[in-house]
Amino acid sequence: MKRRVFIALLVGSVAGGTVRLLAAETGREVSVAASKFEFTPDTVKAKVGAPLTFVLTSLDRIHGFKMPEFGLRTDIIPDKETRLTITPTKPGSFAFFCDVFCGDGHEEMAGTLVVEA
Amino acid sequence: MHHSERRQFLKLAGLAGVTFTAGLFPERRAEAQAGDFHFVQMSDTHWGFKGPPNPDAEHTLEKAIVTVNGLANKPDFIIFTGDLTHTTEDAKIRRERMKRFKEIVSGLNVKDVRFIPGEHDASLDKGEAFKEFFGATHYTFDHKGVHFITLDNVSDPGAKLGDEQLAWLAADLKQRKPDDRIVVFTHRPLFDLVPNWDWATADGAKAIDLLMPYQNIVVFYGHIHQEHHHMTGHIAHHAAKSLIFPQATPGDAPKRPPPPPFDASLKPLGTRDVAMGKAVTITELPVTKA
Ligand SMILES: [Cu+2]
Repeated sequence: MKRRVFIALLVGSVAGGTVRLLAAETGREVSVAASKFEFTPDTVKAKVGAPLTFVLTSLDRIHGFKMPEFGLRTDIIPDKETRLTITPTKPGSFAFFCDVFCGDGHEEMAGTLVVEA
Repeated sequence: MHHSERRQFLKLAGLAGVTFTAGLFPERRAEAQAGDFHFVQMSDTHWGFKGPPNPDAEHTLEKAIVTVNGLANKPDFIIFTGDLTHTTEDAKIRRERMKRFKEIVSGLNVKDVRFIPGEHDASLDKGEAFKEFFGATHYTFDHKGVHFITLDNVSDPGAKLGDEQLAWLAADLKQRKPDDRIVVFTHRPLFDLVPNWDWATADGAKAIDLLMPYQNIVVFYGHIHQEHHHMTGHIAHHAAKSLIFPQATPGDAPKRPPPPPFDASLKPLGTRDVAMGKAVTITELPVTKA
């Protein structure tokens, strides 16, 4: 009971789905590598209702990873895995991008999460 | 400024600019302020940039300076709202660009020229080179009864003002009366213009909350390389054109499109004159006088 309240408090009201900050269900894992100035892969697929964990690494410097419609962001620090779990609640294309200015080309450092019904 | 006065102003300025009278300073008492004046905002010059988005990149800034120098009604001051230089990872080239930029803008025939950084100037070295050439990255000044506040949302590469600067802003605002005339200059939009394109300031909402109790506030910024007007409550936010290349129109596309192809007929670049009176009157100026 207590735990459910905790989740409810942490989950923001976001457009794309819930953001789970507890490691309850991490679901499928997708590795995404950040480097100047791209994410590899830059298209990630997900399914409505299925938790998905991004395993983020950086090949060169600090980058950022932001998904406004899921109300989440994190730094991606070299030599470290950063994990973020989402559970999409609706289909559509959702942006993720680097939000730590990383040089000439930073503005193009973006990708898409495609959520299927 | 009344309509006839505005026309008069345009005539004096000798420019067929596009004028935008913002419904600003709405709460201001009717009496005129001693010494109404105007200033010029220049933005996003990206000195050092070369490429198809602007085939005339090496001369655009100089041409704009000639136009501003030719204003019949000389501005009291000029402010550059960031991205003075185009980013480079080479600290030496960054300083060379700043040095050259400073030389070029020394051609302005106005003594009072001010600068704030954009992420291209300051995000890779936390504003170190900018400070060497242009001084503080955020500061205040007063001019003829108007209080000006510049905010730095770029020296932190995460596009944050940061708690320290927010506390500094709060302390400065505490000294203002609720109906004081206040103008804020910053590089990035303080509000969420297009979150998916990162056209926002990470903690900009905190700054807007601090500004909200003041009735006569207007914000001028750059970053998005186009004229844009937006209200957050009673606070108007006006984005300026760039002097290097235009950017896509704010939209909901998941990814920000690249700069549109250069089309001189669209007059995508320019500067602006801002007249401070009972209202704030913005006149968009072309790079080259028609
Ligand atoms: Cu990056």
